[in-house]
Amino acid sequence: MSPKTLYDKIWDAHVAHEAEDGTCLLYIDRHLVHEVTSPQAFEGLRMAGRKVHAPDKTIAVPDHNVPTTAGREDPAQMTAESRIQVEALDKNAREFGVHYYPVSDVRQGIVHIVGPENGWTLPGMTVVCGDSHTATHGAFGALAHGIGTSEVEHVLATQTLIQKKSKNMKVEITGKLKPGVTAKDITLAVIGETGTGGGTGYVIEYCGEAIRDLSMEGRMTVCNMAIEGGARAGLIAPDQTTFDYCNGRTHAPKGAQWEAALTWWKTLYTDEGAHFDKVVTLRGEDIEPVVTWGTSPEDVLPITGIVPAPEDFEGGKVEAARRSIEYMGLTPGQKLSDIEIDTVFIGSCTNGRIEDMRAVAEVVKGKKIKEGIRAMIVPGSGLVRAQAEEEGLAEIFEAAGFEWRLAGCSMCLAMNPDQLAENERCASTSNRNFEGRQGYKGRTHLVSPAMAAAAALTGKLTDVRELM
Amino acid sequence: MEKFEKLQGVAAPMPLVNIDTDMIIPKVFLKSIARTGFGKNLFDEMRYNRDGTEIEDFVLNKPQYRNAEILVAGDNFGCGSSREHAPWAIADFGIKCVVSTSFADIFFNNCFKNGILPIVLPQEQVDVLMADAEKGENARMTVDLEAQEITTSDGDVIKFEVDAFKKHCLLEGLDDIGQTLQKQSSIQTYEEQMSQSRPWV
Repeated sequence: MSPKTLYDKIWDAHVAHEAEDGTCLLYIDRHLVHEVTSPQAFEGLRMAGRKVHAPDKTIAVPDHNVPTTAGREDPAQMTAESRIQVEALDKNAREFGVHYYPVSDVRQGIVHIVGPENGWTLPGMTVVCGDSHTATHGAFGALAHGIGTSEVEHVLATQTLIQKKSKNMKVEITGKLKPGVTAKDITLAVIGETGTGGGTGYVIEYCGEAIRDLSMEGRMTVCNMAIEGGARAGLIAPDQTTFDYCNGRTHAPKGAQWEAALTWWKTLYTDEGAHFDKVVTLRGEDIEPVVTWGTSPEDVLPITGIVPAPEDFEGGKVEAARRSIEYMGLTPGQKLSDIEIDTVFIGSCTNGRIEDMRAVAEVVKGKKIKEGIRAMIVPGSGLVRAQAEEEGLAEIFEAAGFEWRLAGCSMCLAMNPDQLAENERCASTSNRNFEGRQGYKGRTHLVSPAMAAAAALTGKLTDVRELM
Repeated sequence: MEKFEKLQGVAAPMPLVNIDTDMIIPKVFLKSIARTGFGKNLFDEMRYNRDGTEIEDFVLNKPQYRNAEILVAGDNFGCGSSREHAPWAIADFGIKCVVSTSFADIFFNNCFKNGILPIVLPQEQVDVLMADAEKGENARMTVDLEAQEITTSDGDVIKFEVDAFKKHCLLEGLDDIGQTLQKQSSIQTYEEQMSQSRPWV
């Protein structure tokens, strides 16, 4: 038998039907659902008189529109339109009988944090959601990707997707990371290297010593942004770190089933000699703490760098860079570490997990944020929030001057009350620096949680290593 | 879904690279629970001032492109979010075909579910079409899906590739779910096997 990649193995295990031209029906093990991309899909089912094919494999949670301030049970905190979407999810989840975590449930949070945390996401699974950051779940060695609303309806109705296989791409990070360099810096550095279209048509497998050394939280951060590199999905082969994380979680298998699962999960790795269509290798030692300067996640530079000039680029990127620099209100040649910020946002499906909270606490413990800076920390779920409080992290944040919020997508995409004002500049642990992403004319610099914490203390983009 | 008929129309040029789905339809417009009505907010922040007045030099506000049915765009069009509101907005505006050197994966798939044909061509050919689109409303292109050909206003013919299954669905206006349900027995067989081999799922 010819050697297979991890992606080949998971793919092969999920083909329910293959047509002559290679178009497959891929069986879906977990379907995660949130309020923004699902209402039209449920409405489609209703109009066609269809049921949800596998409600037991479908998990719904509101996150995008949900306010993150106390008293959010009060509907007046949401705009009428937001309320309609959240209420539609509530109605649809109950009517179609799927698993559901309402706003009032302590387990509510960002869908990509809720799935792994409760043991829904497991190695070797196929996981989809009407949300591009579904790539997050690839950290478990699960084939996970975003889908559009028509496909949400298709999965609800049939538990399958019509798919053709992508190509295999390997991203290897060799060696060790330097102090102050994190999973977020790895994933941004890779996009800086490949560009936002570099992964188009591929499923990426991340490997190498620096990836192996990451915790599950760090691996989720890396895979989360596979989509920003254009890949359909990102994958990391499961290992003892993965198994330890899954063991004992509410919906993970128990007893004999756990043993059976473990036996299969241990076969989920890329065989020696398997073919990759594209390979990118970075040395862990070469990765610096990075920031983005522009309005595309590929606009990445080490914090020690300077704002580039449009002429530094080629082709269509010259005009795109000119537009970005103007939008961001920057000057070519300006030192990145001289850029003053107004706001710090820590949270999102990229960096809203307990380890991210700990990384921030380590930087800000016993210190105060710079006067005049608006700084908020939004845990990714009610369970992350509870754990951070139990570990005493919330006290550290509040003593330093951060707002400590309730769980949700918050300012990552500003579909809720948390938004940037015009020209407001933000150091953000989220995943997209697109124009208007965090609010109309808002300016986003993507950074790691430790770098965001450092920026909150100094009021400008800062090399966290100077504070260590 | 409407069948994709042979299309003859004005093409609008948008050479900017990496046009993302937040540009195509900003998130403030994602709060509808309907599939229609997004066209007026297509490219909203590029198209309108904050007070709702039109930005004159934005391509779709120019008189010659207001009824464009084809978009010729820069590389990596539709990157970012999975929001199907992006193709809904494009279709609702009246655009039925987008040409670029590459598309983001999810956006590309979403187009086909909404009767939009995304066409990938090499840079040199996109350059030819971009120059043709720059000519304005007198430059009407023809997109023939059956023959897999674009004809420029000068009569140049450019061939393009399209997945055979996706082409068939567009030409016939077929609904995916209906087709998949015809294979229900395969799904059932798969589920029975899996309940034995991977019962924890």
